[in-house]
Amino acid sequence: MRREVPIIICFLAGFFFISDYFIPQEDWTEVAHRVNQWAIIVIAFAYVLGVANIVRVNSQVIRRKGDDWKYKIVLLCGLVLMLTLGIGLGIERGTAFNWVFMNAIYPLQATMFSLLAFFIASAAFRAFRIRTWTAALLGITAVLVMIGRVPVGEIIWPDFPDFIEWIMNVPQLAAKRAIMIGAALGAISTGLKVLIGLERTYMGGE
Amino acid sequence: MELIGTWLAAGLTLFIFSFLYRDNPFYKFAEHLYVGISAGYWVSLQYHNVFRPNLWDPLMRGDLTLLIPFALGVLLFTRFTKKFFWLSRWALALIIGIFAGIAIIGYGTGDLIRQVHANILPLWTGDWLGSFNNFLLIFGVLTALIYFFFSKEHKGAVGAGAKIGIWFLMISFGASFGYTVMSRMSLLIGRVYFLLGDWLRLIS
Amino acid sequence: MKDKIVRILEYLDKLDRRIIFIFIAAAVALPLLFPLDIDFSVTPPVRGFYDTIQSVPEGSKILLSCDYDPGSLPELWPMHVSAVRQLCQKNIKIVCTQLWPAGSPLAEAAFEEVALGEFNKEYGVDFVNLGFKEGREVVMVSMGTSIPKTFPTDYHGNRVEDLPIMEGMENYEDLDLIVNISGGLPGTKEWILQVVSRFHIPLVSGCTAVVAPEFYPYLQSGQLQGLLGGMKGAAEYEKLVGITGLGRRGMDSQSVSHIIVFLFILIGNIAYFTTRKGKKK
Repeated sequence: MRREVPIIICFLAGFFFISDYFIPQEDWTEVAHRVNQWAIIVIAFAYVLGVANIVRVNSQVIRRKGDDWKYKIVLLCGLVLMLTLGIGLGIERGTAFNWVFMNAIYPLQATMFSLLAFFIASAAFRAFRIRTWTAALLGITAVLVMIGRVPVGEIIWPDFPDFIEWIMNVPQLAAKRAIMIGAALGAISTGLKVLIGLERTYMGGE
Repeated sequence: MELIGTWLAAGLTLFIFSFLYRDNPFYKFAEHLYVGISAGYWVSLQYHNVFRPNLWDPLMRGDLTLLIPFALGVLLFTRFTKKFFWLSRWALALIIGIFAGIAIIGYGTGDLIRQVHANILPLWTGDWLGSFNNFLLIFGVLTALIYFFFSKEHKGAVGAGAKIGIWFLMISFGASFGYTVMSRMSLLIGRVYFLLGDWLRLIS
Repeated sequence: MKDKIVRILEYLDKLDRRIIFIFIAAAVALPLLFPLDIDFSVTPPVRGFYDTIQSVPEGSKILLSCDYDPGSLPELWPMHVSAVRQLCQKNIKIVCTQLWPAGSPLAEAAFEEVALGEFNKEYGVDFVNLGFKEGREVVMVSMGTSIPKTFPTDYHGNRVEDLPIMEGMENYEDLDLIVNISGGLPGTKEWILQVVSRFHIPLVSGCTAVVAPEFYPYLQSGQLQGLLGGMKGAAEYEKLVGITGLGRRGMDSQSVSHIIVFLFILIGNIAYFTTRKGKKK
C-alpha cells in the first residue's frame, strides 16, 4: 500500500489533467479544474516544507557550532524578520515588507547574478580554447553574434544585424528545433512512464 | 527612508562584489542574509496569495472538499519523521502526476506537432534566397535529428548526416554563448548603473 | 623580440583573474559615465512585439504576466515598463499576474511609475494586479477555465468580482493578447506550450538573452508574435515606444564589454597556442 496508493494518486491526477484536454464538457472540466486548484495548494505547502527544512538544517549547525554557525544566526533572524513583517503587517506597497524587498532582496539577488559577468569573461579568457574545427565554428558564431547584436556591430558593417538575424532564423533555428523535437519526445515518454508507474524515483527510498 | 534604503542597497551590493577579491565575512554575511530573508519572503507571499484566498477563505465559507489538499499539504511534513515518511508520497504523487500530464499535453501539442508542422516548408518559394533558407532549415533539422539518433552506429550515410548535424548544433551553441555573454553583461550594467546613478549620482 | 612576446604571452596565459575583473568593470562603468550614443536599428522580432500590441483595439483587455525577479531585472525591467507605457498609450486595459514570487513588487512598482504616475490610470478600472499564484503551468491551465476562481482576490486583498475591470472576465476568451515578461522557468515556453497551443490566444514575449535563441522556432511557427531578447531587445523597444531608459543607456557598455570579451577570447587562444608550441619545442 505504501507504494501502490501514490501510484494510483499519480495516475488519477495526470489522467484528470489529460482528459480535460480531450473532453471539453463543462462538468468534467469543473472536476479537472478542482484537481488543479488542489495541486496549487499542495505546491504552496511544498514551499513551506522547503523553508522548514532550511530552519531545521541551519538550527542543527548552530546547535553543534558547525562551520559558519554565526552566519546561520543571521540567516534565521532574516527569515523570522520577513515572516513577521509579511504575515503580521502585510505585503503591499508602502509596508516594511515591501521596503525590505526593494532595498535588501532586490540588490542582493541582482548583484549575485551580476557576478556572472565577471566569471563568464574570466572563463572566456582562460577556458575558451579553439582546438577543433567544430570548436572554431562555435567560437566564430559566438563572436559574430556578440559583435553583431550590439550597436558597435552596425558601425563595423551596416548589414551586420540582418546577417545575425539570418543566423538566428535559419541555421541556429534548425538545430534548436531538432533539440526541441527530441526533448519533446523524451518528455512525453517520461511523463507516460511516470503516470503508469514505471518511473518511481519521486517516491524516494523505503 | 529612501536615502537609507539606497545606502543599504549600495552597501549590500558592495558586500557581494567583495567576493570578486576573495571570500570574506562581508560576503558571507550578505549571502546568509539573502537566503534568510528570501525564504521568509516566499512563505509570506504563499500565505497572502495562496493559503488565504484559495484555501482558508473558501474553507470558512463551507467548501469542505478543500480539506483534501489541506490534508495532503500537511502530510508533506511527515518527511521529517522516519516512521511516517511514506505518507508524504501521497502529496508528491499528486504534484508529480499533474506535471506528468502537463508535460504530455504541452510538449505533444506545443513542441512536437507544431514544430514538425512548421518545418514542412516549400523547397521553392519563388525566390532563390527564400528557397535556400527553407532548404537549409529542413536539412539542418533532419541532420541534427540524425545526430541524436544513437540506436544506429554513426557510420556511412548516417555518420555523414550526423557530422553535418554537429555543424548546425555548433552554430546554435555559438549563438547561445553569444547571447549568454550579452545577458550576463546586462546584469552587471544594471548594478553599476545603480551604484553610479542612484547612489553616487554621477550619471544624469 | 620574439622571446619578449613569448614571455608576455606566457604571463597572459597565467593571468590573475582579478585583473580580468577590473577590465570588465571598467568596460561597463566608463561608457555609462561617458556615453558614446551609438545608434542602432530595430530588428523584426522587436518590431513584431510592438506592432502586435499596436494592433490590439483600444479598450481591449490583455494579460500581462510578469514572470521574473530582481536577478534578471536589468534586462526585463526596461521591457516591462515600456510595455506598460505602450499599453497605457493605447488605453488597453491590463490584467496583471505573476508566476514568480518576486515579480509582485516589481509589477506594483511598474504600475506606480507608469500607469499611475504618467497616465493617471485608475486601479481596478484600467488595470489590476491579481498577484502571484504558485503552481506554474497548473495556474496557466487553471486560468483557461476560470481566472476569478484561480485568483479570487487581487494582490491587495480585494475580491476580484468587485473590480470593474474583471466584469465579464471568465477566461482567456475574454482577453485579446498575452504579454509575457519572462526570466526563465516558468515563462514564455510554458505559456506557449500550455496556453497558446490549447487556448489559441496570441502571445508576445520579452525574455532574457540567455533563453531568447530558444524562442526563434516559436516565432517562425507563429506560436509567438513578437520577441524582445535581452537588453538589446529592450533598447530597440524603448526606441519604438519613444523613451530613453536603462535599455538604451546600457547599449554603450554592452558594446564595449562585448569587444573586451572578444579580445579576451582572441588573446587567450593566441597565448595558449603560442605557449603550447613553445613547450612542445
